[in-house]
Amino acid sequence: MQLWLIPILPLAGFVLNGVLGRRLSKSAVNAIAAGSVLLSFLWVLKTLSALSVFGGGNPLETPYVEHYYTWIQSGLLNISIDFAVDRLTAVMLLIVTGVGFLIHVYAVGYMAHEGGYYRFFAYLNLFMFFMLVLVLGANFLLLFVGWEGVGLCSYLLIGFYFHEKFATDAGNKAFIVNRIGDFGFSLAVFLIAKQFGSLDFATVFGQVKDLPVEATAGVITAISLLLLLGATGKSAQIPLYVWLPDAMAGPTPVSALIHAATMVTAGVYMIARSSQIFLHSAFALDIVALVGLTTAFFAATIGLAQNDIKKVFAYSTVSQLGYMFLGLGTGAFSAGIFHLMTHAFFKALLFLGAGSVIHALSGEQDLRKMGGLRNYTPITFWTLMCAGVAIAGVPPFSGFYSKDAILSAAYQHAPWMYWVGVFTAGMTAFYVFRALFLCFFGEYRGQHAEHGEHGRDEHGQSQPHESPPVMWIPLAILAVLSLAGGYINIPRWLEPMFKPVEEAPGTEWTVYVSVAAGLIGIALAYLFYIVAPGLPESIARTFSGPYRWIYNKYFVDEFYDSTVVNPVVDGSRTLLWRTVDARVIDGAVNGIGKDARGIGGFLKLAQSGSIRSYAAWVVLGSILVIAFIGLMGGAR
Amino acid sequence: MPPLPFPPTVPLSWYLILSAILFTLGVAGFLFRRNIITVFMSIELMLNAVNLSFITFSYKLKQVDGHIFSFFVMVVAAAEAAVGLAIILTVFKNRQTLEIDELSSLKN
Repeated sequence: MQLWLIPILPLAGFVLNGVLGRRLSKSAVNAIAAGSVLLSFLWVLKTLSALSVFGGGNPLETPYVEHYYTWIQSGLLNISIDFAVDRLTAVMLLIVTGVGFLIHVYAVGYMAHEGGYYRFFAYLNLFMFFMLVLVLGANFLLLFVGWEGVGLCSYLLIGFYFHEKFATDAGNKAFIVNRIGDFGFSLAVFLIAKQFGSLDFATVFGQVKDLPVEATAGVITAISLLLLLGATGKSAQIPLYVWLPDAMAGPTPVSALIHAATMVTAGVYMIARSSQIFLHSAFALDIVALVGLTTAFFAATIGLAQNDIKKVFAYSTVSQLGYMFLGLGTGAFSAGIFHLMTHAFFKALLFLGAGSVIHALSGEQDLRKMGGLRNYTPITFWTLMCAGVAIAGVPPFSGFYSKDAILSAAYQHAPWMYWVGVFTAGMTAFYVFRALFLCFFGEYRGQHAEHGEHGRDEHGQSQPHESPPVMWIPLAILAVLSLAGGYINIPRWLEPMFKPVEEAPGTEWTVYVSVAAGLIGIALAYLFYIVAPGLPESIARTFSGPYRWIYNKYFVDEFYDSTVVNPVVDGSRTLLWRTVDARVIDGAVNGIGKDARGIGGFLKLAQSGSIRSYAAWVVLGSILVIAFIGLMGGAR
Repeated sequence: MPPLPFPPTVPLSWYLILSAILFTLGVAGFLFRRNIITVFMSIELMLNAVNLSFITFSYKLKQVDGHIFSFFVMVVAAAEAAVGLAIILTVFKNRQTLEIDELSSLKN
């Protein structure tokens, strides 16, 4: 079936664009970048139809594995380059290549006026390669390779505007924070290798499945918690979520592709993939649910008060990822993956729409300077509205189905989790529609002239303008998917892999409550930002204390700075640099040199320069040797 | 037949004494002469003194090892002479002297 073609095609695109891109024309770069991803997408479709995924019957009951070669063989450990497709991978492949292709097309329009054009697309293709390796890999090490690779591409693309300090800082922050999570993940991989003697998914999960729950419970819990640490890094959960909002410094298509639709969901995918391990540790699952719920709630509250349109959506992403973790943690793995898919549709759409707005305003991201744009950019407006109703959980759109699946699983698990989730859903609807209303309704609050100085898009146009078709067509497709994506019944599809959570009778009302929460959120946003635009100001003044906390993101960055970053920096500076490096290491090195000079200075006294004295020494030496041998009793 | 006024063969010790005398002369020349060429010749003298004792013992013990050793010494001495004379020539070209005490630039 040639699974290897799927990731290799974007890699070829990366190599071509990376090596030759500088000399190629823009249209050639476009064709290579988007074309390679399109081919990859088509190959996914062909592979999956060859595996009769789209037909009836029961395809992919067992994973389809392709073995390429042995990578590492050391003692009993045997790690191969294997790609595997099962039902979970099939979903991920379609999301990654499908949404990825749409975003590539969009980026052709969005990046048209940017410098470093070929560099951007080369990185984007490299990202696609690693992401596909991540989802196709059939063992933990290959998963880890993809995991690290997407982290690298994320770093490169966040810092794409590398001449801006804040962008490079954000890139560093993302990379370093992810290092903490990746450290946990690598420890988990080591533990798995030690415990099971293999890293193959099939072997490891087969062994775990047969274990009684009590056996090796401690190790299993440790593995699960370390995997969770890795996932919190990559998927921006508490306590490692801080990098994602800053990552919005990258170009908007990057935010859509990497920081909304695909890479940040890698943690969710990884936990779902390791569900057998997590199912053996109820404690770890509870932690997953708690982390998810807390993240969902707090990120949503922060999202209420952000003024940068991309920041709003970034906190929304963190919050929605929290939902997915809640789904995973309550045992509804398929619901988590379902939400992953619908979220990929509507959040990619939200970001691309935001990008379209920013494009229309020549680089303006502040919601307070937008307004009334529905007359200028009608297509963006309508597609973003589709995304809005989808994320708010309005039936019958996609977000409703996936969010409902998660919330009902949460209710089975613990009712209080359900209520927090519902409250969060209300906040989600509120802040998304707040952003949309601020952006599209009311009067235009920006200046009509002189947009150019913001600099990223130089058009010479002073009016807000609709984006070109190459940008709005992907928006339209994603809008359709956001509206209709709920009809793709992921939980049913994943049933052979994850035991479904049975809906308890008499809990139908939970659906109505969560829908009502979403509608109330929308209504409040309408009230606050369209009917009575002065209201939010006065509320913010009344509750100035809490508002300040939320507006400043609970001072989490400042807290991390003072508790982690500054101690590490100061410790490195005073202890490691000034003491260990400058005193101990340099001292040892210089001291050895100084001693060598001293000894040499003493020894050089023997070098008289007179050849005859050397000769005398030679003679004396040989006499001494002979005398010594004679004294010892001859040569025998 | 009247006895010969000297032993029928030269006794072994004579060869060894000759070898020792030659070696001592070589050492003395090596230590006390000032001309590099003379010093060099003294070294050759020492080598040949050693060769002589090698041959002596080889003859006495009826073993071929001593011969082989002395051939080796000769080969090495020839090579050494070639290199050594070349060095001496170069030294003379550069310094216009072969006085061994004046060639002390390696001092300290």
